[in-house]
Amino acid sequence: MANLITHSPILIIAIPLLAAFLTPLIDRVSKKARDILVIASLALAEFLVIILARDIYPNGLHIYTLGASSPDLTIPENYIVPVRIILEVDSMSIFMAIITATVSLAAAIYSLSFMKEETGQNRFYTLLLLLAAGMFGMELTGDLFNLFVFLEIASIAGAALTAFRTRFADAAEGGFKYIVVSSVAALMVLFAIGILYAQYNLLNIGALAHVMQYTMLDKIALALLVIAFMMKLAGVPLHMWCPDTYSVAPASITIMLVAASYACLYALFRTCFTLYGVCLNLVTVGWIVIIFGVLSMFIGVTMAVFQTDIKRLMAYHCISQTGYMLLGIGVGLAVLNQPEALSTYGIAAMDGGIFHIINNALYKGLLFLTAGALFQRTGTRDLNKMGGLAHKMKWTTIFYIIGALSISGIPPSNGFASKLLIYESVYRFNPILAIVAMITSILTLASFTKAFYSAFMGAELPEYQEVKEVPKSMIAGMAILAAGIIFFSLFPGLVVDRLAHPATAALISQGVYINGIMGGGG
Amino acid sequence: MTQGIPFNVPFLAVAAMIGIAFYIIISQRNLIKLVMGLSILASGANLFLITLGYREGGVAPIYTYTPAGIMVLPVPQALTLTSIVIAVACLALMLSMVIHIYRHTGSTDSEKSRIMKG
Repeated sequence: MANLITHSPILIIAIPLLAAFLTPLIDRVSKKARDILVIASLALAEFLVIILARDIYPNGLHIYTLGASSPDLTIPENYIVPVRIILEVDSMSIFMAIITATVSLAAAIYSLSFMKEETGQNRFYTLLLLLAAGMFGMELTGDLFNLFVFLEIASIAGAALTAFRTRFADAAEGGFKYIVVSSVAALMVLFAIGILYAQYNLLNIGALAHVMQYTMLDKIALALLVIAFMMKLAGVPLHMWCPDTYSVAPASITIMLVAASYACLYALFRTCFTLYGVCLNLVTVGWIVIIFGVLSMFIGVTMAVFQTDIKRLMAYHCISQTGYMLLGIGVGLAVLNQPEALSTYGIAAMDGGIFHIINNALYKGLLFLTAGALFQRTGTRDLNKMGGLAHKMKWTTIFYIIGALSISGIPPSNGFASKLLIYESVYRFNPILAIVAMITSILTLASFTKAFYSAFMGAELPEYQEVKEVPKSMIAGMAILAAGIIFFSLFPGLVVDRLAHPATAALISQGVYINGIMGGGG
Repeated sequence: MTQGIPFNVPFLAVAAMIGIAFYIIISQRNLIKLVMGLSILASGANLFLITLGYREGGVAPIYTYTPAGIMVLPVPQALTLTSIVIAVACLALMLSMVIHIYRHTGSTDSEKSRIMKG
């Protein structure tokens, strides 16, 4: 068991990666075996993530040096800097890995019936597993170039999956937008890595943070990294691709793309807090993140109110919810070197922001899956053409209500818990920001109520007389996420203390992360 | 002694390539041209990596058989190889998507082939 924990950082990435390329082979033998392989590999990854998390939360960060004689030998003999690729997993990384693992598992189970009618399913599952592996890699790695490679793996797989249903005219367009934005963002990351490497001859995040001088070139690299990750996580004003891509992707892929955008959010936080950390001009960078956050929050929700395409509506809400996370973390970043402000409200704001990531992955995932269920049964995403579906699709209706209550922050849902944390702490930082956040929340409720009435309420429409509830595997996929929401709603305090707060602590303690690389050695 | 080109010239080339690439990406409406712009951007980033690893008069960094003297940095070359492979994958995927867009809409002009708005 101890051995398994030691090697689990690489196994979490390697298992989906190997399974991805086994899938087409097994597919030739039996479809059922292929499905079992896909689900089993993601379930195994989820299991490894959980046992690793149970080790990391009490015992601190976990280092895994690839290719070394022992996993904790970060710096080879006769060297003074790390030269190997090192996976460095702290509470923040594993927190993100929990999200990725859960969402991927739910997406794969949901896909079993959702994609049943499509051609080329073996490639679909290969790409799905590659996307999962790319996200795990981004979250667990401690090496900048490795981060770039996994970013590209996730981008390419995500774009191919978005455009997967090529019989729809808009699918290729959504996929093309995603790959263009992703390529530009990834090349900006590569350029920033080049700038940093030119100065310090290092690629390891911890080692770079150790010697960071914060010269002019470093500032350029920072700007490139921040803009690139903002593009990938669809922060306003770089959000144009997001509604197009999210609305045309198969529903199970949309939720994985949401998780992938949070992997980029993680990369952004890792850049700001760990790579640059205290040598940043914290107030300026903090405010930039806050302004991006407030803009995303408000513009996202105001665009969402007018949408009639259900997945487009949800995609705009996704932008808006990302704004809450940026706001919470931005406030923490702005007060990072003011210990008093940090302890009175900065940490609480970050706890709220980080808690909101997992909440949003769960309820936004659930909502996108219910939208996929509606699309599966009615063949349209247009809310004006739907109606009275609550009579026929009881489970979908229940799941939609759970998700909608949670995203609107109705007590006692988990969305309420994380938003309350953000409101309270942000109010002490700057009251106007908290007010904008509350208005956003009200508009969110309004727009989900509208969507609920259009799709589910009213008399049964004649064209949907034959509509049935969706197959069991789709219900199972939604149930996983709904169970998560209910658990988080019942025990928000437990989740904040055990999951979100350690992640915050890991983000703000840059020294621990650096020490993991530079101090380990032996 | 190698008669090296002035050290700044490759960096100017990098800047020019990236400038041209961004101009193409922002201004061109034809999707194929957009893909070409992205390809130029990728080449610019690769040239940047190679240039920053270059050392005046350096030799190829092969440890087992190398004459005395300085070597160029091996790591940026490894990075560039990886980056080229990734760029090829992106390029192929983008072009295949353009083909699908063309099949459905009959145009590669981003204004005419565009379905989703708002």
